[in-house]
Amino acid sequence: MGKNLLRKVWDLHKVRTLPSGQDQLCIGLHLIHEVTSPQAFAMLAERNLKVLHPERTFATVDHIVPTDDQNRPFKDDLAEQMIQALEANTAEHGIEFFGLDSGLQGIVHIIGPELGLSQPGMTIACGDSHTSTHGALGAIAIGVGTSQVRDVLATQTLALNPLKVRRIEVGGRLPPGVYSKDIILRIIAELGVKGGLGYAYEYGGTAIEALSMEARLTICNMSIEGGARVGYINPDQVTFDYLEGRRFVPKGGDFEKALRYWKQIASDAEAEYDDRFQLDADALEPMIAWGINPGQAVGVDQRLPVLKDLKPGEREAAEMAYDHTHFQPGQPIKGQRIDVVFIGSCTNGRISDLREAARQVRGQKAASHVKALVVPGSQEVAEQAAAEGLPEVFREAGFQWRKAGCSMCLGMNPDVLVGDQVCASSSNRNFIGRQGSPKGRTLLMSPAMVAAAALAGEVTDVRRFSQGGEA
Amino acid sequence: MSTAKMREISGRAVVVRGNDIDTDRIIPARYMKELTFDSLGQYSFYDQRFDASGKSTDHPFNDPRYRDASILLVNKNFGCGSSREHAPQALMRWGIRAVLGESFAEIFAGNCSAIGVPTLTVGPEQIEQLMKRVEAEPAAQLHIDLESRILQAGDSSLSFSLPESQAQLFLEGAWDTTNTLLEGLKEIQATAVHLPYVKEFPYDRSGGNRSAEP
Repeated sequence: MGKNLLRKVWDLHKVRTLPSGQDQLCIGLHLIHEVTSPQAFAMLAERNLKVLHPERTFATVDHIVPTDDQNRPFKDDLAEQMIQALEANTAEHGIEFFGLDSGLQGIVHIIGPELGLSQPGMTIACGDSHTSTHGALGAIAIGVGTSQVRDVLATQTLALNPLKVRRIEVGGRLPPGVYSKDIILRIIAELGVKGGLGYAYEYGGTAIEALSMEARLTICNMSIEGGARVGYINPDQVTFDYLEGRRFVPKGGDFEKALRYWKQIASDAEAEYDDRFQLDADALEPMIAWGINPGQAVGVDQRLPVLKDLKPGEREAAEMAYDHTHFQPGQPIKGQRIDVVFIGSCTNGRISDLREAARQVRGQKAASHVKALVVPGSQEVAEQAAAEGLPEVFREAGFQWRKAGCSMCLGMNPDVLVGDQVCASSSNRNFIGRQGSPKGRTLLMSPAMVAAAALAGEVTDVRRFSQGGEA
Repeated sequence: MSTAKMREISGRAVVVRGNDIDTDRIIPARYMKELTFDSLGQYSFYDQRFDASGKSTDHPFNDPRYRDASILLVNKNFGCGSSREHAPQALMRWGIRAVLGESFAEIFAGNCSAIGVPTLTVGPEQIEQLMKRVEAEPAAQLHIDLESRILQAGDSSLSFSLPESQAQLFLEGAWDTTNTLLEGLKEIQATAVHLPYVKEFPYDRSGGNRSAEP
């Protein structure tokens, strides 16, 4: 029996077994941002510790940045203090910081892959649960809390419990109008939001192999929504083509060396897994997470669940969801009126997402009652979009075109829902209060579905609008 | 920084019922705009405790009978979602010293452990019984023994699970991992220098790049 990628990477990075029985693993890339790092730097200072390998840590600012007026000082004094703390900490410790004037700033999980920092066979840590995103490149990428950010800064290692690996095989191929976002929403709906506890998810199969790198990043991004702290896809030609030429990726002869490593680190053909799960992409339809966790999702042609049809555990969760959303059990999701649309986030804020959304709205108008926001995931994405004329396409359709940041995904910056607004969102979480209003309601879907919802002013089937789909 | 050995936790309990209680509910993101964790306790479950007009709800964290509780009782997948350590930090600064429930999200449990708050698991029937008991008698004292993995509530007791690796961390006062990890400094460097992407094909730091996507 062969080894899977997780085992290979784990063994290569293992420093030793700790007295507790946990493994101490070397971290190849550490990404930090303004929200979960200041306390970690303060803890280092308290202990007179320095950053062990500042050259393997990179910083950016994303959660708190306003996406409209970015003039300094920020209007929000707390946000200003946080960016200043990051500027001071990175300067003091010699850490490269992609700030607002760098041209390279963006959501941390967008810029890692974009700059070629995230590579196959690496271990990657970041104080953010969506760190699983980077696994799309064949890395083992782990979301951590602030004390563990401190650990990585001080020791370039983490103490980790071993993970089991579940192989998720997605066969067939995606129908037009159905996207990688729909694959991951279906996986979470099937396996549940706690189905991945203790597991890393390895995604594979013909439908996954056929996805672009950006579409793969969307899948791995939401692994944590299924309870899996780590998600990855074996590196292949799509991965190598994506990485070649990127800023931090080795060039020339070094690239050839990298390729050799990247190829051998992929799971062996006969690799062992602790569990397996299968899904057929041909049967998928556009998905909408309607409730208060991303697992409460239905296909666009389905009706919301009727309580008596649900298993006891799911029934309670659905009751809470209805209590919050005031949606009606058994109502069709199609036709649900929406107030706000948000296209962006580390899940779906990449150039291919914006292109796909722009394709839907080109020459059309958002419904007059809808507030529509497009927020590129990084300054590089914004620049590329501008080169393609996308901001004009969106503006003409009545959307606001913003600057790069986490924006309306999480309510830590001025972009928030108001009252009980319903938001069609390309982000990753529909938790109560997630988008900044305790009463706000979030419907998660693909960027194309969000764009279609903006035009219709209600949830609609993007397949009615177009025949397109991701390759 | 040395951390204290921890074997027993005693005190009142507070019950927060529900599965999949996420970290956005434990502490809304807007209260994370802080440079330290010091003041977070007051924001625990904030949007559950206060309605839109700022009026207190009947959330258990508002109930004076639970005000001095140090043990939090929960159901399944508690702490799912964001990796924010702000969530366990807020609970700890509110006064919580241990969390007992059916299951925990992984990052949350790791974050709790890293700040010295054990997450202990028991079966659905046991937690239901215990919750009922505490709701009926909020002043009841619970005693948790991490070594024997026994929780004592009056004359009844139940055994909980705590992985051996975690139990050792608390019993030996080694739950603050930085020191332990640093003890392996030589081995860290030995492992790091042999990583192919460190040794054979390091990052290109010459600053050239192409734009977002071909």
